[in-house]
Amino acid sequence: MALKDSIAWYHFSAPKNFYPLAGKVIPWFWGLTIALLLVGLYLSFFVAPTDYKQGESYRIIYIHVPAAWMSMLIYLVMAIYAIIGLAWKVRLADMMASALAPTGAMFTFLALWTGAFWGKPTWGTYWVWDARLTSELILLFLYIGFISLQSAIDDPRRAAKASGLLAIVGVINLPIIYFSVQWWNTLHQGASVSPTMAPKMATIMLTTMLIMTFAFWMYTIVIVLMRVRRIILERERQTSWVMELFGAEASGEKDEKGERK
Amino acid sequence: MSEFFAMGGHGFYIWVSYAVTALLMMIEVIAVIRGKRTVEKRLARLASAPSRQ
Repeated sequence: MALKDSIAWYHFSAPKNFYPLAGKVIPWFWGLTIALLLVGLYLSFFVAPTDYKQGESYRIIYIHVPAAWMSMLIYLVMAIYAIIGLAWKVRLADMMASALAPTGAMFTFLALWTGAFWGKPTWGTYWVWDARLTSELILLFLYIGFISLQSAIDDPRRAAKASGLLAIVGVINLPIIYFSVQWWNTLHQGASVSPTMAPKMATIMLTTMLIMTFAFWMYTIVIVLMRVRRIILERERQTSWVMELFGAEASGEKDEKGERK
Repeated sequence: MSEFFAMGGHGFYIWVSYAVTALLMMIEVIAVIRGKRTVEKRLARLASAPSRQ
């Protein structure tokens, strides 16, 4: 039997089945988030050594880089869900995209804020129209555009279509951000960690940063799962499974409309 | 202890960055929890109301 048939892929793409599943895993992801954050923060301040050149201010890296990575990763995942939602009309994909946007916007803002507060002591300025900073700012505007489109249009289908297109068009900005430090060699330093080459960071510093990155990942998963559950309830409020969930007697006349993908 | 918070003179920048990060994450968690609770309350009222539209 092909893998495709053995695992009921479509089972959990129905909001009715995804809702309880998300509910079950949320506590586990909270545990992971808190554990990783505690370990990461302890390492950031008490284990990772002082930087020979920047002294202590470099410790901002332990939230700046994870936030920046998350801002790009979340946008990519959001765009992929938007594509799935548009191409195959999977309502849950549209809901996931809507659930991801606020957290992505927050991490983009945090990347800009922590970057500015790291830049002040080291570059001597909070902001400069550098390629990396400017493209990250554009990413923030893309997130804000996505969120405002979502809230401006009442009908979820049309809102998903409009914001989905924006998300997909905005994906071009991601490689620009990533390669900005190489293409336009402006102020922001180049990648000290990249898949293609050995990291130019002390192992303990790298480990700390990666732990913080995983902590931010777990945080993103748990907060998005919680938010998507609220979105599911809102958008599926007409379905019988939601009504039953809230104590309405099983009303015969309302068919499983909610099931139709 | 105090030199720990001084962070070699850069304490302001470091602690403000970490504080803003922690603050925004806490605000987001609270907002999501409250958001879900209001939806659940509304649905519970909707479900129990006899004249469901």
